[in-house]
Amino acid sequence: MKITLYLNSVCAGFPSPANDYLEGEIDLNEYLIKNPLATFIVKSQGNCMLQAGIHSGDLLIVDKSIKPKNNSIIIVSINGELTVKRLKISNKKFLLASDNEDYKNIKINNESDIFIWGTVTKVIHSVY
Amino acid sequence: MYIKDKKKVFALADCNSFYASCERVFNPKLNNKPVVVLSNNDGCIITRTNEAKALGIKMGEPLFKAKKIIEKYNVKVFSSNYTLYGSMSNRVMKILEQFFPNIEIYSIDEAFMEISSLKKIYNYSKYAMQIRQIIFQWTGIPVSIGIGETKTLAKVANHIVKDNPKIKGVFDITKIKNKNAILKKIKIKKVWGIGNKLSQLLIKNNINNAYEFIQQDNGWIRKNINILGLKTKMELNGIPCYELENNFKLKKSCCVSRSFGKKINHIKDMREAVSTYITRAAEKIRNEGLVANNINLYIRTSPFNINSEKRYINSISIPLDFPTNNTIILNKTVLNGLNKIFKKGYLYQKAGIVLSGLETKDTDLNLFKKNNKKDNVLMTTFDSINQKYGKNSLRIASEGVKKKWLMKRSKCSSNFTTNLKDLLKVKC
Repeated sequence: MKITLYLNSVCAGFPSPANDYLEGEIDLNEYLIKNPLATFIVKSQGNCMLQAGIHSGDLLIVDKSIKPKNNSIIIVSINGELTVKRLKISNKKFLLASDNEDYKNIKINNESDIFIWGTVTKVIHSVY
Repeated sequence: MYIKDKKKVFALADCNSFYASCERVFNPKLNNKPVVVLSNNDGCIITRTNEAKALGIKMGEPLFKAKKIIEKYNVKVFSSNYTLYGSMSNRVMKILEQFFPNIEIYSIDEAFMEISSLKKIYNYSKYAMQIRQIIFQWTGIPVSIGIGETKTLAKVANHIVKDNPKIKGVFDITKIKNKNAILKKIKIKKVWGIGNKLSQLLIKNNINNAYEFIQQDNGWIRKNINILGLKTKMELNGIPCYELENNFKLKKSCCVSRSFGKKINHIKDMREAVSTYITRAAEKIRNEGLVANNINLYIRTSPFNINSEKRYINSISIPLDFPTNNTIILNKTVLNGLNKIFKKGYLYQKAGIVLSGLETKDTDLNLFKKNNKKDNVLMTTFDSINQKYGKNSLRIASEGVKKKWLMKRSKCSSNFTTNLKDLLKVKC
């Protein structure tokens, strides 16, 4: 014979009516990460993407399986150095832009040692 | 109705210079540069990139012996970071599992697949090429895929890929009817199942490559090697002798994974299951005289549950402080890991463990390996009692002695994928 156990111990009185409606807690991974096998989390350093809402120390969710579009924020390797940039595509020409005007835009041509590492999909910024 | 038995086709996916490739994902400066990765305690070189091989650095060479070349050519040197490699391996293997349902994870960086059952796929190399591209895109890890009529031929095809940069990652040897020319190029040492020792004997008998091996008559092979040698010959001739294995895979790694008879939702039951699996795996590697450097543990619910909220899958890679096959230490370590990934409220269907970084007990690859005679005696006694009185007569109460032994890992990279404090920093 099986005896079913309830979550609450029964005090003299009424068991919690919420027991029937128990569900798992919210799992932020579900919201933040669509393809876990291709997703990496990195930490930003510096302020050149402030206008995109990326502050120094923020966590960036990077999905390597997504093909970036015009205006996508991407992680890009420039001469082996990983940096955050905005991708601009026009007339099949690729440009790496910073949101901060102090930084120059970088043209991508076949000679440059540049490759796209992944596409940033979410930013986690702490306000407390 | 008559259904013709379809011929089997095997594929072997092998990550290129796997440990070094993991380092390169998070440090693109290492691309196209010579990189080596060291064994535990920074003893010997266990992974070399093509650039490092070209400089003449030998596999298994102690670090101090290669020091001159390393300094002269500015070779980048890393301590082995099994946490990172285990986590990247999980990603690669899970992607392979998505696209190849019949898969045997053979080691941390290799998997065999049986692909003839893949319906609607008429061009195996084209399909393999696509999967290879996906693995590289998603994880940054380059993979070579060899396709053949048998596991041994799939392995041969894989060597062809690695030896010929012009072949872009995939080679299908089934397309070639007369394989003699190819087999002549495969050194006898490289043939699957023929180790270093055996190849020395064969070379003494003037058998230097795979082609010369299959020219030997069966009687000679049976007399001088054994029945396994005959199987290797048949496999090289395209007759499959080995199927995909789902239980124990020795040599480079050992997996034990089972679906539960009844789904489990309590950690107590899960602990028992995991403890049973690791005990079995430990016994198995002890029988082979091997020790492990790393444990991978994974648990999952049924992937087919319609309600996605009821699905959960997680894994953890746990590096061992020193190579061991001690049931007590392995149990304690894996149960600590289970605590970290087990989540309440799910109905679990399956758990599995992989012991990886396997090496022989008296290998030279670890200069400062801990050798505890007492433990060896204990484990020998443990095994003989179980042999005498039946399996599981003597069991571990899942509580053991903890031995912290500081390992030398002076050039270790960060745990980019498993620790929030270790995240890759990206400038902007």
